[in-house]
Amino acid sequence: MEKRVVFRNPVLPYLLLAPQLIVTLVFFIWPAFQALKQSVLLEDPFGLRSRFVWLENFEYLFANAQYLDSLSITAVFSVSVAALALSVALYLAVQADRVVKAAAVYKTLLIWPYAVAPAVAGILWLLMFNPTLGILAYALRSLGYDWNHQVNGDQAMVLVVVAAAWKQISYNFLFFLAGMQAIPRSLIEAAAIDGAGPARRFWTIVFPLLTPTTFFLLVINIVYAFFDTFGIIHAVTQGGPAGATNILVYKVFNDGFIGLDLGGSAAQSVILMAIVIGLTVIQFRFIERKVHY
Amino acid sequence: MAGINLRGVVKAYGKTQVIHGVDCTIADGEFLVIVGPSGCGKSTLLRMIAGLEIITDGEISIGDRVVNDLEPAERDIAMVFQNYALYPHMTVYNNMAYGLKIRGLAKADIDTRVRKAAEILALDDDLLRRTPRQLSGGQRQRVAMGRAIVRQPSAFLFDEPLSNLDAKLRVQMRLEIKKLQQNLGITSVYVTHDQVEAMTLGHRLMVLNGGVVEQIGAPIELYEHPATLFVAGFIGSPAMNLLPARIGDGGDRVELSGGDSLALPPGRFAAHAGQTVTAGLRPEHFEIVTDDQSVARLAVDVVEQLGADTLVHGHFGNDRGSLTVRLNGTQNLQARQVLPMSVRPELIHLFDADSGRRLES
Ligand SMILES: Nc1ncnc2c1ncn2[C@@H]1O[C@H](COP(=O)(O)OP(=O)(O)O)[C@@H](O)[C@H]1O
Ligand SMILES: [Mg+2]
Repeated sequence: MEKRVVFRNPVLPYLLLAPQLIVTLVFFIWPAFQALKQSVLLEDPFGLRSRFVWLENFEYLFANAQYLDSLSITAVFSVSVAALALSVALYLAVQADRVVKAAAVYKTLLIWPYAVAPAVAGILWLLMFNPTLGILAYALRSLGYDWNHQVNGDQAMVLVVVAAAWKQISYNFLFFLAGMQAIPRSLIEAAAIDGAGPARRFWTIVFPLLTPTTFFLLVINIVYAFFDTFGIIHAVTQGGPAGATNILVYKVFNDGFIGLDLGGSAAQSVILMAIVIGLTVIQFRFIERKVHY
Repeated sequence: MAGINLRGVVKAYGKTQVIHGVDCTIADGEFLVIVGPSGCGKSTLLRMIAGLEIITDGEISIGDRVVNDLEPAERDIAMVFQNYALYPHMTVYNNMAYGLKIRGLAKADIDTRVRKAAEILALDDDLLRRTPRQLSGGQRQRVAMGRAIVRQPSAFLFDEPLSNLDAKLRVQMRLEIKKLQQNLGITSVYVTHDQVEAMTLGHRLMVLNGGVVEQIGAPIELYEHPATLFVAGFIGSPAMNLLPARIGDGGDRVELSGGDSLALPPGRFAAHAGQTVTAGLRPEHFEIVTDDQSVARLAVDVVEQLGADTLVHGHFGNDRGSLTVRLNGTQNLQARQVLPMSVRPELIHLFDADSGRRLES
């Protein structure tokens, strides 16, 4: 059945759409266009004059060791965040699916981290891992492991990955749980009668049926790690030590607003935009296909 | 192969008890149908046999093993679910092979067994390569059966396997299930709410009502000697007419509430003379009689011509309660006509009005 609204007044539909269009235009399309424009310009340090330089900003970027470093750091960071956030969330969802009593309380508690602002989440983990005061750093030290992320780049990476993943677990958890609860009970029961134990049932029935959810979340998590983790990096490491956690979004900010290299920063933004567009396309192309029921 | 034995089986969810002590012995190779209205606990009972529900009290054994504490996989049973429960991400072939792979059978053995089951169920190669989504309802049903038979279990359990099919396919599949069970000779427990399905399929029926067994017996036994009012009303279509009545003082007639009366077998109910009862009269047991021997007069309200039979809905005397009469062939009858009717004495069922239990001799 068609549920299309018919408008008699030809202007009204456009008026109704206007707020959404204006917001999109002012806050998304226009800045994107600006970035695109800026990325092919070279501006003097005082912002008085700018010069059209074709793709020089991009050429410079891909010849720049720091940028390439940042690219690989971002890859490591986002893959780690996605892997950690997905696997922990999946584990928790499997457990929650079994809980019958107090399930609502359990679920509510698990959803809370999602409501915490990235910077706050960062600070939280930062405090816990503070080399001199942090409880977790203390615990690690008592186990004989010397924790100091302010000096050790790998440790700094672990810290931001943990903080970023922690915040995303709730979101993933909700989707995994909903996905699991949509699987008919009788499928699991049929597998049990066929002789599959709990682990086997999970890997041969539940997990394959969750593929669409997992794939959707994978893309969402990578996009999150690429773009929404700025606050965490800023609060915890500021990209340091020695650029060890300087992911692309943070570098855009650093180069543009601290380093005042507007052209280079804009070129980086354009690359990020291309990445997010690519991810979205993949998302739309594949998500529909793998749904089983 | 093995028989199944239920002893004092009880199921409770928290404080609510839904199965109240079921006893039943199912012989090796027997086809037992559990039948009853929706919510009476049929599925619960079947799932307890399967191992999908914990047995609150009592004992279930399959073959010579008590299975109360065994996992479903260890009970050597196969189950066909109402929604078929086919694995949507696997091909038909893999759906059938799944249980065999888990049991660690060799690839060649698995292939032989799957192909054999496919042949029995008329599933061709093209179908084996499809996923369940690409099958019709009837084909899914077959695959679900196939998944059960490849395992060569000691018992089949069916939970309303035909209720998602349209009427025509249901009749066809019913016949196929019956043939299959006859050929394989595997002990089967089949749950349905449809009494026609139950009557046609089962060697014996267990009529369940509110978690209590009303009667267990062969279809004809239930039809001819329903032990309770519930069974009397449940088995048979159209349903038996149940009329408030009283056994006459001589014990040789049953007086219906409308004022009419019918003859009883002489001497059989003498001990119950004067007792308040419910009289059960099957629609198909009424005969039109000549007026002089007639004892009951049916005032016709509605006539339904079905071709093979005629259904007459009417009432007796001043009793407003409606009853149904089924007459053979086409009958030239009109509404508001009064028909002299009788039922042969030995075909009249009498039930105690309070307990609902059948009165015997
Ligand atoms: N998980 C459960 N928790 C509580 N009550 C249940 C549960 N499953 C079934 N019941 C109750 O047990 C009774 C029997 O259910 P069921 O065996 O499914 O009936 P049937 O299959 O005969 O329609 C119903 O009253 C139902 O409400
Ligand atoms: Mg049921």
